Amino acid sequence: MSQFTPEKSAAIRAEFPQLSEHLNGHPLVYLDTAATSLRPRIAVDIESEFALRHTAAVNRGAHTLAAEATEAFDDARAAIASFVGARPNQLVFTSNATESINLIALAVRLATAVGSPARFALTAGDEIVVSEAEHHANLIPWQEVAHQTGAVIRVAPVTDGGELTVDAVVSVLSERTRIVAVTAVSNVLGIVNPVRQIADIARATGALVVVDACQSAAHGRLDVESYGADFVALSAHKMYGPTGIGVLWGTTAALDEMPVVLTGGSMITRVDFDSSDYLPAPAKFEPGTPRLTQAIGWAESLRYIESIGVDSIAAHEEALGAVLFAGVADIPNVHILGKGTGVHRVGLVSFAVDGVHPHDVGQYLDSRGIAARVGHHCAQPLHKRLGVESSTRFSLGLYSTIDDVDIAVAALADVREYFGER
Amino acid sequence: MNLDDLYQQIILDHNKKRVGYGLHEGGFPSHQYNPTCGDELTLTVRLSDDGTTITGFEWEGKGCSISQASASLMTSEATGMTVSEFELFANGFREAMRSRGTIALDEEEYGDLAALSGVSKFVARVKCAMLAWVAAEDSLHLTRESLN
Repeated sequence: MSQFTPEKSAAIRAEFPQLSEHLNGHPLVYLDTAATSLRPRIAVDIESEFALRHTAAVNRGAHTLAAEATEAFDDARAAIASFVGARPNQLVFTSNATESINLIALAVRLATAVGSPARFALTAGDEIVVSEAEHHANLIPWQEVAHQTGAVIRVAPVTDGGELTVDAVVSVLSERTRIVAVTAVSNVLGIVNPVRQIADIARATGALVVVDACQSAAHGRLDVESYGADFVALSAHKMYGPTGIGVLWGTTAALDEMPVVLTGGSMITRVDFDSSDYLPAPAKFEPGTPRLTQAIGWAESLRYIESIGVDSIAAHEEALGAVLFAGVADIPNVHILGKGTGVHRVGLVSFAVDGVHPHDVGQYLDSRGIAARVGHHCAQPLHKRLGVESSTRFSLGLYSTIDDVDIAVAALADVREYFGER
Repeated sequence: MNLDDLYQQIILDHNKKRVGYGLHEGGFPSHQYNPTCGDELTLTVRLSDDGTTITGFEWEGKGCSISQASASLMTSEATGMTVSEFELFANGFREAMRSRGTIALDEEEYGDLAALSGVSKFVARVKCAMLAWVAAEDSLHLTRESLN
């Protein structure tokens, strides 16, 4: 477990032009990768070159440009699939992980309305289990399902240290559990949840298991199958890729059974006025002209990450994350959310500063060139559980350095004095 | 942008002083919420018996120094105004806050509230400064509705 050498870090950072920008007169210290990662030049260059020279209609038309675009699109899907450990036909392109989860939730609502297929159709009193640490994206779609179907949300609690134990999930499972939706890594706490064990137990009861893997993607080797879930949601913009694209991964069986949600061209075989036949997944979930350049750009971002080495990125971020965590923990009157010991965590830390509101903390950090996230990080229930309204978060990426960490920790140590707190 | 433009000493002081803090029974409280940070503020405008003059503001809430100082300063500067004076006052305040640094609050007219002028350069913070004012306008609206 070691950080990149200074030479290696310098080479990586040169590939991310935003890192040479200044923020309020200081060199930018970007510590908001968990919200949106910066983009490597090579991937953006290839994406823009593709848009300028190879734009054409995918999956239709007989001319050469259309055929080449279709091939490039399929290749991009295959590259993304290979990166996440999936087969290409198990990846449905969506706008982002939020839409991926909504797609499942809408399929459940549609299935419930007609009473089939059985795995997706709920009846009143059925239960949906979420963890207390969920991002709103993996909570609100299920709330809407509950409101529409009469299902009940059951919440698996986290410990005071922010840890989600297998026992906590088991404690809210019942014979009525039909869906278990859980995040692989909390976007507030950075704690890696025992998703595999949760999924194994939940699926043994017949529940559909949905994993939000946004925060584990691109910070280490990702193998979507290893979660043992039915569905996994991912966003490209947290993986050094473009905004506007994500995927829903599903097991072949789950995608086969899942009813169509959005309909139109490109997802059909025979069409008559009263009915139509649909293509198999992923096409049956991708009506209309797809996100062509975004897919190209995402695949290139992942090729770039592979060229650096996923395992060495994980080691770098873990080593740096440990220094960051310790540095923040050492500052008097600063309290880390989710201090649970003995847990595995990714390179991010959220904290509260006594007497200074997170908005003010963030503004102060910004004035010193540090881009941090402030607010409830789309996890209001978790913040309430931990006794705060909101927090400030530092999160690392492959381009982060020990200098970034040192500058951020030093600035954070000055926050209270600036606001007249002693 | 200079951070001290935003956080003038008057603001840091009022963030702690919080003039008008504490809600009492009755009146027409307005609850306002800032969804980006989860900050909340509840405020009641108290009027004279004839309904023409603001006799006080009462408020409670959790929020950043800008939102707390703005509520405190509004209470200090606007108590005693007629309702129509306050409406013009609030419009002018809003206009300055939304001006992206082009309109400064006149110290003659706005007193210590002029210390909030710098907020308008920090677009993300304008909502924080407006929270109490939106609550005050809404509380006045609710009061007026009750009379009709």
